[in-house]
Amino acid sequence: MSTLDEAPAAWQEQQPSGAPAAKRNWRETIIETVIRLCGISAVVIITLIFLFLLKEGAPAFMQVPIRDLLGVRWYPIEDMFGLLPLLVGSLLVTIGAVVIAVPLGLTTAVYLGEFAPPWLREILKPVIEVLAGIPSIVLGFLGWVALAPLIQAAGAATGLTAFTGAIILAYMALPTIISITEDALYAVPKEYRDGALALGATQWQTIWRVVLPAARSGIVIAVMLGVGRAIGETMAVMLVTGNAANIPAFGLGAWFQPVRTMTATIAAEMGEVAQGSLHYSVLFAIGIVLFLITFAFNSLATRFIGGRSRRRGGQI
Amino acid sequence: MSRQQTQVLATWLISITAVVVILPIVLVVFYVVAKGIGTVNWQFLSQPPSNGMTEGGIFPALLGTVILTLGTAVAAIPLAVGAAIYLAEYAGDNRATRAIRLAIVNLAGIPSIVYGLFGLGMFVLFLNFGTSILAGALTLGLMTLPVVISTAEEAILAVPQEFRVVSLSLGASRWQTIRHQVLPHALPGIITGIILGLGRAAGETAPILFTVAAFYLPELPKSIFDQTMALPYHLYVISTQVPGMPLSIQYGTALVLLIIVLSFTLVATVIRTVMRRRRQW
Repeated sequence: MSTLDEAPAAWQEQQPSGAPAAKRNWRETIIETVIRLCGISAVVIITLIFLFLLKEGAPAFMQVPIRDLLGVRWYPIEDMFGLLPLLVGSLLVTIGAVVIAVPLGLTTAVYLGEFAPPWLREILKPVIEVLAGIPSIVLGFLGWVALAPLIQAAGAATGLTAFTGAIILAYMALPTIISITEDALYAVPKEYRDGALALGATQWQTIWRVVLPAARSGIVIAVMLGVGRAIGETMAVMLVTGNAANIPAFGLGAWFQPVRTMTATIAAEMGEVAQGSLHYSVLFAIGIVLFLITFAFNSLATRFIGGRSRRRGGQI
Repeated sequence: MSRQQTQVLATWLISITAVVVILPIVLVVFYVVAKGIGTVNWQFLSQPPSNGMTEGGIFPALLGTVILTLGTAVAAIPLAVGAAIYLAEYAGDNRATRAIRLAIVNLAGIPSIVYGLFGLGMFVLFLNFGTSILAGALTLGLMTLPVVISTAEEAILAVPQEFRVVSLSLGASRWQTIRHQVLPHALPGIITGIILGLGRAAGETAPILFTVAAFYLPELPKSIFDQTMALPYHLYVISTQVPGMPLSIQYGTALVLLIIVLSFTLVATVIRTVMRRRRQW
């Protein structure tokens, strides 16, 4: 516990003049209780979210056999609730986004942290914050009216493909990846760099052999949070992936066919289902799957952070 | 290849990838501005849509977004700041605190559409608020919590320990110290976090899909139990759901939304920069 609680009892009991001691203690207790409740609310909220998803989504797991949920056909009108096409859709788009965003994000962070002169960094960092601020619906809209025609012109059968979604998602995940990687690079002690350079290593050798390995746990966190961001994205993906609930043919061509993600399915269909129907429950069940996937990713990422001390100031 | 050549090659490649990341961002912003600027004028902002939304302006959606953002602020700020004070000033290094931190990280990671599902299940149906501004603002508020908590906590932790020690040694109580010494110095940082969180909430579509957003309303909302149109959802509707929609209106709407959201980012950045310059410790 904090040091105030360990302070000598006599010191704690000493009350300054002004408000009567009893009254002040009473107020203090109420305020501390309220603040404590605010802190605990985070746990309460995430529990509530999970419980409400379960409440609405559980009927799906009870009424639709697991075998059917793992089926390959999503055709709710005929009560065919195979989630596999949606899972594959989310996976294709996310993997595509990761393949594009991770190398770009890492090298951009290295550029900002190690190569860029300070004045340029001061300009470029806000630009990346701008990217983080652009609403997903605006990026989706641009993907729909501007990027998709380009992709089609490049030879795909349609512009609305998993690849189009992956590009948009990659740019949405980039700010997260860049800023966390940059923090990780910044946290590498200067002595490491000085040591390597003094031994005659070039700047690139220093970065590749010394700085990046030293920052690897931060980089892993960056990638995982970026992936978590990409899996959960809804509106942009909904506009640009074509929303076809098919499993595309295996191979690289899969990225150039329309797909439908889990998130887009919920967003597109929830407005049209009857509350309490089976279809409604299955959409909540997809929500449970999304919740569990992102929970797993974020919890793992926190485990990596766990070892580091984050406290700069102190407590009273 | 000698190591000097590798160094030159690496420098070039890394600089090029930075351009690949930065250039599209700049292009996207300029593109939206160039395509949308011709549409945006006072009439566009102050008129409701007309003729099946293919003409007229965006006023009801704009107003809805303003109301929802204010509602989000009311819902999120007290809880988030309280939680940040708790984590920074009261929480010990124990299992309960670790659970809270884990919860916050995960709240930040939950997809926005899942917040929408939760809002539908809890606020719209279970608490019977209906599809309403209240339900939408609460949903957006919960989604905004983790951002504000994390930035506010950082801001509180950045206040030097000496301030607390001196205040305590002068006889102030723990809460008096926090209230009069810690929070005033942390305030700019806390406000930055709030603005960033609200900016994100203003641009979100997925959480409001099932909790508040209306396709089209002939009248403005009268109470917090009414539905409202909102700008992000409006952009979705007019770009995909309305046939024969003129592109100019779509770009104009996208531009207004972009300006609103980016001005939040801009204000936050300015506050942070000014604060860093002024800080004396």
